[in-house]
Amino acid sequence: MKILVPVKRVIDYNVKPRVKSDGSGVDLANVKMSMNPFDEISVEEAIRLKEAGKAEEIVAVSVGPQKAQETLRTALAMGADRAILVMTDDEVEPLGVAKILAKIVEEEAPKLVITGKQAIDDDSNQTGQMLAALLGWGQGTFANEVDIDGESITVKREIDGGLQTVKLGLPAVVTTDLRLNEPRYASLPNIMKAKKKPLDEKTPADYGVDISPRLTTTNVSEPPVRQAGEIVEDVDALVAKLKAVGAI
Amino acid sequence: MKTLVLVEHDNTDMKDATLAVVTAASQLGEVHALVLGSGCGSVGEQAAKVAGVTTVHVADDASLANQLPENAAPLIATLMESHDAFLAPATTTGKNIAPRVAALLDVMQISDILSVESEDTFTRPIYAGNAIATVTTSDAKKVITVRGTAFDKAATEGGSASVEGVTGAGDAGLSSFVSEEIAKSERPELTSAKIIVSGGRALGSSEKFEEVITPLADKLGAGIGASRAAVDAGYVPNDYQVGQTGKIVAPEVYIAIGISGAIQHLAGMKDSKTIVAINKDEDAPIFQVADIGLVADLFDAVPELTGKV
Repeated sequence: MKILVPVKRVIDYNVKPRVKSDGSGVDLANVKMSMNPFDEISVEEAIRLKEAGKAEEIVAVSVGPQKAQETLRTALAMGADRAILVMTDDEVEPLGVAKILAKIVEEEAPKLVITGKQAIDDDSNQTGQMLAALLGWGQGTFANEVDIDGESITVKREIDGGLQTVKLGLPAVVTTDLRLNEPRYASLPNIMKAKKKPLDEKTPADYGVDISPRLTTTNVSEPPVRQAGEIVEDVDALVAKLKAVGAI
Repeated sequence: MKTLVLVEHDNTDMKDATLAVVTAASQLGEVHALVLGSGCGSVGEQAAKVAGVTTVHVADDASLANQLPENAAPLIATLMESHDAFLAPATTTGKNIAPRVAALLDVMQISDILSVESEDTFTRPIYAGNAIATVTTSDAKKVITVRGTAFDKAATEGGSASVEGVTGAGDAGLSSFVSEEIAKSERPELTSAKIIVSGGRALGSSEKFEEVITPLADKLGAGIGASRAAVDAGYVPNDYQVGQTGKIVAPEVYIAIGISGAIQHLAGMKDSKTIVAINKDEDAPIFQVADIGLVADLFDAVPELTGKV
């Protein structure tokens, strides 16, 4: 079985984003970029399925700029077998990414697509669900646990009230949540080896899908800033304050 | 504009999350509500009473009992032939279904809106709420998820909508429901609680979390939340997580105990009316957003606080 793992290059988890003063967006110049944390969890899950003998090949895909190569090399160093970069400097919306991925799925015929539930830059939480819809496949979103058994996959999902388990026929799309696994770090020998693994470069035009944006961002602004309040001396002072604001 | 609002429910009761979506939809135009479920007639009646709703569509079918997106999305896509905008709450149910609908309609979804600026322009948070984007859509039909804390709740009484049955294509044969583990609790739900007591990694264990956090929450009639670190460490279940990728909350009072205040956590609670922080590290970032801070060892301060409120 082949697993396709779409990954995205995003601002590093530990960096506090800065809004540009002209309102045109978030300043990404000279900012550390990394693989979207949810996508790391996806790569890890695919590798674990391969290690458990449930998958033979893992193909990592990214739609993004030339530098997204680095993100794909990270996936390869973790344990993916090969990679495809669909190169574009334009911002591609989740619907466009899903359309490109659907074409790649046609070519590669994976039995499973595992991707992060959301990217921590635009926080859309859409691509996996859209891809499943375009392919007419089942979707197991916000996965906490997955189990493949022959021609079906059981996905335990993190939902607002607790956990829900669904069973999907394969092929299917799974999107990952935080508790699915803890991604490994790539070892130095594996980082070296990853440099020799195949990485195909494509462009959106190769797939012949319309990815022109539907949304126009007219302004990006800072959220209202909260002012730090008062540090109180002790619990009695805290209780008095809570009473003053009517909390208790 | 004719809008279609996805009603959040458990086949018996309509959930509050629906009400903020009705408010957002009413800023766009006429509000129709959609109840997908099985044996969900009572939900349809509740939705019909919500102020501002003019028509309730009820799809009552065994294949929709658990609102599996594979079965729900095609039905919604069909209903969208006669509606202009589909709005769902940004809950795990809404987030699961709406993008699937959007792709079937070839529409780019607008996630987690904070405001309706005009019929095609909305604001939404990006980068964990560290930036607010104003976006305009060129799609003729709109698919939107709505952040519950950003809109007032529509009144649950005062409406008298007509209720109409609709039928879908049934089971798409792609997925099936196996089981659910839903925590039964007398406590208010996080997203609608007036007061939330939230614990972080500093609690150290699930026993300590229970021993320190629960009595204070009981005393205040509060909901209980947690930071990602506390959930990852297994102190509490996943549905307690407040933050960028967990629950977004905005209670009257949010009491953060032993939570340092990573940006991902702040993204989930910084719209709370009053934020209280108790942490022994005076440099913890949580104090930069707290209205009331107490630098103290939580294992001393919290039991004392519990005794005095």
